[in-house]
Amino acid sequence: MEATLSHYLLVSGALFAIGLLGVIVRRNLLIIYMSLELMLNAANVALVAMSRFNGNLDGQVMVFFIITVAAAEVAVGLALIVALYRKRQTADVEDLATMKL
Amino acid sequence: MEGTLFNLFASLAVLSALLVVVNPLSRNPVTSAMFLVTTMISISGLFVLLGAYFLAAVQILVYAGAVMVLFLFVIMLLDIQETARRKLNLVSLAMGLLAVGALFLVYKSSIKTTYGDQTQHQEAAADSALVEAVPAKVVGSTQALGQALFSGEKGFILPFEIISVLLLVAMVGVILLSRKEQS
Repeated sequence: MEATLSHYLLVSGALFAIGLLGVIVRRNLLIIYMSLELMLNAANVALVAMSRFNGNLDGQVMVFFIITVAAAEVAVGLALIVALYRKRQTADVEDLATMKL
Repeated sequence: MEGTLFNLFASLAVLSALLVVVNPLSRNPVTSAMFLVTTMISISGLFVLLGAYFLAAVQILVYAGAVMVLFLFVIMLLDIQETARRKLNLVSLAMGLLAVGALFLVYKSSIKTTYGDQTQHQEAAADSALVEAVPAKVVGSTQALGQALFSGEKGFILPFEIISVLLLVAMVGVILLSRKEQS
């Protein structure tokens, strides 16, 4: 079986759906954050597959930028989680339902 | 050969992604992080199959290396005890599954419409013809990707510089956020 564009897109869609499921269902902040990373990676797979099957490197350049932005985003997000944990001693979103610290 | 490898990496990626989100055996965040590493490595295998060699290396270095180390570091730093399993909110679980399933079905049917009238074989032939028509250009070796970044007809030099400023801002922001408050 030769892997075609639609196969790659299907894998990407499945990964994105699993990531979204994690964001909706799980309540641990760190797991939600990992699921966000999963969704970003699903988009990356779709972009690289498009770039390959359209004969154009622009998709790969886009993925390069996405990876960089994702790294910065992880650093800032985890720092926010640590700061929040220091104030409230919890990483469960149901205990973090108020805006006031 | 390529098809076998695709099956292997794709199923490994989806399976370990599922284990990140819904692991029946463990609620420990460290387990989730480990399965996320497996997912990242499988995705980088998919990148190799797609000819994006540089991105595959970057994927392993940045995601499986830096990002996951950061995650594990924070998990250990927060020292999250495995809390008593809370009662699962069934309504939110059902709604989440419904929404995600609907989204996936829409996505799948849109792929099907795009390739609707072609059979599997024709589609594969058309795709491989496309890949043959543009041979070495699409292969994302470091050299090719560097040329596309810096000296393509469009060029991405300004976005590249902006990204470097963004990384600096993120670094300063993280130091500011994680500083202990003096009071």
